[in-house]
Amino acid sequence: MKVDDVIGIVSEKLSDEQKKRGVLIHAFQSLQEEHNYLPEDVLVTLADDLGLPLSYVYSTATFYKQFYFTPRGRKIVKICTGTACHVRGASAVMDKITDEFGVKDGETTEDLAMTLETVGCIGCCGLAPVATINEDIIGEIDNKKLDSMIETIKE
Amino acid sequence: MPKLSSPNDLKEYRESIKNKTFDPDALRARVCCGTACAATGAHKVIDSFQKEAADSGVEIEIVKTGCQGICQKGPVLKIEPMNIFYQRTKPADVASIMNYSMVGNMPYRQGLYRDSILDDPIPLMNDIPFYKKQKRIALRNNGVVDPNNIDHFIAVGGYAGLEKALFSMSPDEVLNEVDKANLRGRGGAGFPAGKKWAHTKSAPGDIKLVIANGDEGDPGAFMDRSIMEGDPHGLLEGMAINAYAIGAQYGFVYVRHEYPLAVKNLKIAIKQAEELGLLGNNILGTDFSFTVDIREGAGAFVCGESTALVASIEGERGFPRPRPPRLSQPGGGAWGFPTNLNNIETFACVPIIIEKGADYFTSIGTKTSPGTKVFALTGKVKNTGLVEVPMGITLREIIFDIGGGMLGDKEFKAVQTGGPSGGCLPAENLDLKVDFDTLWAAGSMMGSGGMVVLDEDTCMVDVAKFFLSFTQSESCGKCPPCRIGTYQMLQILERITAGEGEQGDIRKLVELGQYIQKGSLCGLGQSAPNPVLSTIKYFREEYEEHIYEKYCRANVCSGTGAFVIDQNTCFRCGLCKEACAFGAVTETKTRYIIDRNACTQCKACYTACPIDAVLIKKPRHVTLEEVFKVPTEDIEIIDRRARMILKDILDKKPSAVITVTQDQTADAAVNLMAEKKVSDVLVVDDSGKLAGIFTERDVVRNIHAKINLETTPIKDIMTKQVTSFEPSTEISTAIQVIAKEGIRHLPVVEGDKIVGMITYRDLVAYVLPEVIYMAEAIY
Ligand SMILES: Cc1cc2nc3c(=O)[nH]c(=O)nc-3n(C[C@H](O)[C@H](O)[C@H](O)COP(=O)(O)O)c2cc1C
Ligand code: SF4
Ligand code: SF4
Ligand code: FES
Ligand code: FES
Repeated sequence: MKVDDVIGIVSEKLSDEQKKRGVLIHAFQSLQEEHNYLPEDVLVTLADDLGLPLSYVYSTATFYKQFYFTPRGRKIVKICTGTACHVRGASAVMDKITDEFGVKDGETTEDLAMTLETVGCIGCCGLAPVATINEDIIGEIDNKKLDSMIETIKE
Repeated sequence: MPKLSSPNDLKEYRESIKNKTFDPDALRARVCCGTACAATGAHKVIDSFQKEAADSGVEIEIVKTGCQGICQKGPVLKIEPMNIFYQRTKPADVASIMNYSMVGNMPYRQGLYRDSILDDPIPLMNDIPFYKKQKRIALRNNGVVDPNNIDHFIAVGGYAGLEKALFSMSPDEVLNEVDKANLRGRGGAGFPAGKKWAHTKSAPGDIKLVIANGDEGDPGAFMDRSIMEGDPHGLLEGMAINAYAIGAQYGFVYVRHEYPLAVKNLKIAIKQAEELGLLGNNILGTDFSFTVDIREGAGAFVCGESTALVASIEGERGFPRPRPPRLSQPGGGAWGFPTNLNNIETFACVPIIIEKGADYFTSIGTKTSPGTKVFALTGKVKNTGLVEVPMGITLREIIFDIGGGMLGDKEFKAVQTGGPSGGCLPAENLDLKVDFDTLWAAGSMMGSGGMVVLDEDTCMVDVAKFFLSFTQSESCGKCPPCRIGTYQMLQILERITAGEGEQGDIRKLVELGQYIQKGSLCGLGQSAPNPVLSTIKYFREEYEEHIYEKYCRANVCSGTGAFVIDQNTCFRCGLCKEACAFGAVTETKTRYIIDRNACTQCKACYTACPIDAVLIKKPRHVTLEEVFKVPTEDIEIIDRRARMILKDILDKKPSAVITVTQDQTADAAVNLMAEKKVSDVLVVDDSGKLAGIFTERDVVRNIHAKINLETTPIKDIMTKQVTSFEPSTEISTAIQVIAKEGIRHLPVVEGDKIVGMITYRDLVAYVLPEVIYMAEAIY
């Protein structure tokens, strides 16, 4: 990862310190993509490479909801609990999945098969209630679709 | 691609692509590939088109557009040149659509939009009520162009605004035009963009930045997403014009992390624009240079706040900080450079203002809020999706004309605007004009444009709790009022919705709310209490029902209400019994009943019953029904009467008020009582004020004491301590008072004026049904 590439052209106006900090969030994002969470050793290496205090790296990473510090499941199930989905019955979807897999919001099944998360609006409110399994969006969830969702997750 | 280095190059380029782009006679399908349509299978539909076209040898052009607005009916597409609009298209429909509307020239009726199954189908997009009242400025290219194709954008007039700015206007003229258009920020607060631009322009320093706020944190809004995905060049053009006007060199689009397609399309757009010389160094051969980069958010709502956003771009934790310095001031923006930050939709309006002039823009909308606004219309309304309307349109028009009215013909209850910072407006506000100032005055706000329609099945306390739990969990924690206050409010709301509310809770909520509004640093905390305060303002009754009656009229909150099975509806399937984890549904020889001692009001039986035979009622009603055997239909009447006031009785049966003056004799009063057949007279002083009362009881008492009624003035023997009542006294209160004081006459007084006389007999007659049932139960 080249710091200047990530920062973009504005890097010509920034100090080294500013650049190092400026790439941090992007670094977390690409590391998480690679490892599916942010393992401790990876963050330690990152802090070393950038020459930033480890505490600073951690405090920044933990501020943002996107980053995880424990391994996540192979299937990431996100139930939209945005306003539109809430008023059209998102909590029923959540309850059913919670019951079925015995995990709560933010938890991962022991076999790392799936992680259950909530998200506030994925921009398909027209199809509320909505959920995603990895990249796939499932809209207008009714009982039938819930059953097939559960099948998909178990695959 | 050639690099365009003069206005002439751009003109020539536009001419050269005009011939090959959007030929008006060509067969074309503009298929929506926005997120919602993609989720419902737009890409499979496109595959079918390609296959059908190849098989049949018909040459067609497929344009993969951004969101066309009516997301709920997706996948949607337009067939040209006939311009026929298809909805809910399945791959299996494609062959027929092509046969009818591309090979032939007929609409394929099965695929058309209908208001309802009984209505005629509507072939043309602009005839559909959803689109009729819309006016597209920010969304002008959405649904028209392929966002990954800059030629499409240029062919429909894209970058003409930038061209005009660069070659026929000075930066100051551009700024003045935007100021004259009174373009107000679409990100929530409605601050005039021209003023903000001028601040940044006048700040000292050579380096300046432009940031587009695409964090879109409102959990129910997706207009910025649609613009970034569907018309990225429109946004880039707006940013470039802004940069030219204020002398900025670097631009950033800060995109919410849940929007990967927006990031992808923006990256492609930036690359294409740079290749053509429309972004980057020496744009169109001038000495104006401007580059744009993308920054992805990382899932923190507070980073939509401008100072937090800047911190996040710098790679810090996204804590808001006090202003000044404002972003526009030196030391305030990203890395200290003066920065102009606007919302995505705000930028998308800029090219039109430059191209068509401020006068065009101000001719739309209202005086104080010109132009249009995009709303994400969602919730319990028939047609959900993105709508762009001129400011000043009424809420009713948006919800009932464009949105097609309530889903399932339920009753409208409220509309929530402004997301977690906004408020809920009730039915009596439906005719309000939608603009920044009117919504604000009504206790809500425009916000970024979320508009969620709520019906009778929505519990307003639950909605308030929903928004507050969102803001509570998103508080960055810097200010104690925001961090702790929202937590406390949420605890109270949790209790109320669990049926454990107490008297005083509403007052506590209001006090805490006002305290948080005042004591918070950033807009998140300052506006977090709004959803609660506005629902208390307009729907206080629902809060009171939860607290005092342990009842949720929308049947949403578990832990409230009395659960009963309607034996007339129930067909004894037993599903409720199976569902109940607490063994509260018991089975007798003939029926299922719910044992309310065991019931935890978890709602499992209610959800399980396939025919809505499990009813949730007010506990008080159920007691009345069971203890006093009151038929259900009469409960309503009793309940209504118990909540009535004395004025209602007076209105129904105006009673004659018989008065005597203080100096008249008692004998005269007795004669009057006999003559008028009343059991009392009221004694008034010279000014007509109530001075005492003389009743049958007083007559008996005085005769027994051998007082000479013929000679004694009434003022000597009347009852001077009169209990009088205001017309607004509740009937139930009045009954309590007469029982406690042992009185039978209720003079009703408004100020100094006697307005009526109610006897216990009037009261009994008025609440007769209740009394009869009680009497029956006793005997
Ligand atoms: C907590 C919080 C979240 C915000 N989120 C957004 C957002 O997601 N998008 C946005 O454009 N503005 C958001 N704003 C408003 C911005 O601070 C800023 O006022 C706005 O982007 C300015 O652009 P405008 O003048 O064009 O509206 C938010 C404000 C606060 C306090
Ligand atoms: S008001 Fe809330 S979100 Fe805003 S700075 Fe204070 S604690 Fe953070
Ligand atoms: S689920 Fe409904 S219909 Fe079935 S037994 Fe229970 S109340 Fe009756
Ligand atoms: S609220 Fe669920 S997709 Fe928008
Ligand atoms: S995504 Fe297709 S209409 Fe909105």
